[in-house]
Amino acid sequence: MNTPLNSFRNQPDERGHFGEFGGRYVAETLMPLVLDLEREYRKAQADPAFQAEFDDLLEHYVGRPSPLYFAPRLTEELGGAQVWFKRDELNHTGAHKINNCIGQILLAIRMGKTRIIAETGAGQHGVATATVCARFGLPCVIYMGAEDVKRQSPNVFRMKLLGAEVVPVTSGGATLKDAMNEGLRDWVANVHDTFYIIGTAAGPHPYPEMVRNFQSVIGKEARAQMLERTGRLPDLLVAAIGGGSNALGLFHPFLDDPSVKMLGVEAAGHGLDGDEHAASLLGGSPGVLHGNRTYLLQDADGQITEGHSISAGLDYPGIGPEHAWLKESGRVDYTAVTDEEALDAFQLLCATEGIIPALEPSHAIAAVKKVAPTMPKDAIILANLCGRGDKDIFTVAERLGVEL
Amino acid sequence: MSRFAAAFGKTAPALVCFITAGDGDTAANLDALVEAGADVIELGMPFTDPMADGPAIQSANLRSLGAGTTTADVLRYATEFRARHPNVPLVLMGYANPMVRRGPEWFAEAAAAAGVDGVICVDIPPEEDDALGPALRARGIAPIRLATPTTDAARLPQVLEGSEGFLYYVSVAGITGKQQAQIESIEANVARIKQSTDIPVAVGFGVRTPEQASAIAKVADGVVVGSALVEICGEYGAEAPAKLKELTSALAHAVHTARQEHVA
Repeated sequence: MNTPLNSFRNQPDERGHFGEFGGRYVAETLMPLVLDLEREYRKAQADPAFQAEFDDLLEHYVGRPSPLYFAPRLTEELGGAQVWFKRDELNHTGAHKINNCIGQILLAIRMGKTRIIAETGAGQHGVATATVCARFGLPCVIYMGAEDVKRQSPNVFRMKLLGAEVVPVTSGGATLKDAMNEGLRDWVANVHDTFYIIGTAAGPHPYPEMVRNFQSVIGKEARAQMLERTGRLPDLLVAAIGGGSNALGLFHPFLDDPSVKMLGVEAAGHGLDGDEHAASLLGGSPGVLHGNRTYLLQDADGQITEGHSISAGLDYPGIGPEHAWLKESGRVDYTAVTDEEALDAFQLLCATEGIIPALEPSHAIAAVKKVAPTMPKDAIILANLCGRGDKDIFTVAERLGVEL
Repeated sequence: MSRFAAAFGKTAPALVCFITAGDGDTAANLDALVEAGADVIELGMPFTDPMADGPAIQSANLRSLGAGTTTADVLRYATEFRARHPNVPLVLMGYANPMVRRGPEWFAEAAAAAGVDGVICVDIPPEEDDALGPALRARGIAPIRLATPTTDAARLPQVLEGSEGFLYYVSVAGITGKQQAQIESIEANVARIKQSTDIPVAVGFGVRTPEQASAIAKVADGVVVGSALVEICGEYGAEAPAKLKELTSALAHAVHTARQEHVA
């Protein structure tokens, strides 16, 4: 596709800035690495062999393209617009995270790196990283907040089965942001041989752009599939946002289609009026953390506050810088749904479509549930079903008062 | 003459001491460092996410924030320090977010009013200098940059461009308070940097003992000690000043006399 001058698809600039957001706010020790990574990524982008290997692995290892699915009973239940899903929960490892991990490990190998590190919250990115490390025979260290290790024990076991070393992080609040701090500390001490596979479209440039590009396979497929199936583009795209990689992956290829509206859904936790949410855009303010300038949950002094969401994957006090820019530019609308609403939507999808979604896309489904009835029956909503719910059944059972 | 020029212009190398603001009795701890011979003070601004720091300074940050330390408190410690010690250079060191939270102009103005001489922001590299550097320079505050073992010859000029006060050479690729680099590597890197700049070069990360400090002082303009002092603040609480004085005196003696033996 062409990217005209007034495009929404030509960010970031050469310094990695999305408007006033993004950038490379890292310690000097990491700066040469981050610059080297960008150079190597540009070379890989220009190398047809790199793209061919990426495509081949996505097709034969991950199982792409993922289906585009019309949800008839959910549509009928909501009584408005047609609801369609991009089925990225059917990917190998059960979420969209693997798309990015394939891309980054190919880059790591290309750069001659021999050791992989990553952070994880719910464990999905950790599992995807451990998976590609096993596939390519590289040692792998996953940093995970000690609190999350307790909450997500099945994923911890999966990572270990896949050969990863899982390091519980006890510093700070012992959740995702602390795991990311520890990942950065490891990286800074092991710059010569280590590649840091960041799991979302955040961090220092070029990560936000690179992760978005690897995840854009979601939107590229969906756009072509929708045109083929219906002869038209969707009217509204909906995706959940923690760091924001699944949403950018879906949205980015559509950004220059003016008829397509977009809605990013943040986690409102117990509600935006209190402190217990993870809605950085709607309940936060701009600041600098983990290598980029973006919206953050923070106090008046710039101290970072802990996010809360029923979904461990959305429980991060920041957001990818491109979302911050898309919000300010007005191209994408953002909303938030509570734990309760997500839990209701989780059950609704189970009952109407026979699909158990992860709690992350359950937030997107909750937003669809609100907006579909307000739209005409010939309108099309496309939501990203970015992960499956197997990992969440314990959390859901607990919330529903069921003992397993 | 700026306070930095005076501190680094003495016949002996300078001892640069770091503690985290709000971790214990900050005023008493700072006085102890100065009385024991510290030539330059780095006052750490606590942050929830100190990603370049090792366990000692991480814990100090958490203790300080746990005690309720605010940015206003840090600036007050600085103001009071300046009143008590008119000639000792004072540097605020920390991370970008607390510094830019109210805007770079606000922070630079407040730091200048507090009598701060320099600012080290760990996560603002030269590439993002606009985020804080111009506001500091406009008020005569030195943006102090870090150079590291990964800062190669091609990159060094970019780091030095716009660096003021002194250059902080981080002797190891890693976090604070961990292992120390080989003295040969430090010597070679400091020599390399000094070929390209006239500003003083101070070396830190992993310096804990008078012996290490003495070895570095033979080859650099200054020696930075942080984690070892911060550990004392954590371990001794209200009793920290006496212990800080003890270690700082030994470090100061080692640094200030390092080259005398050399000459003799």
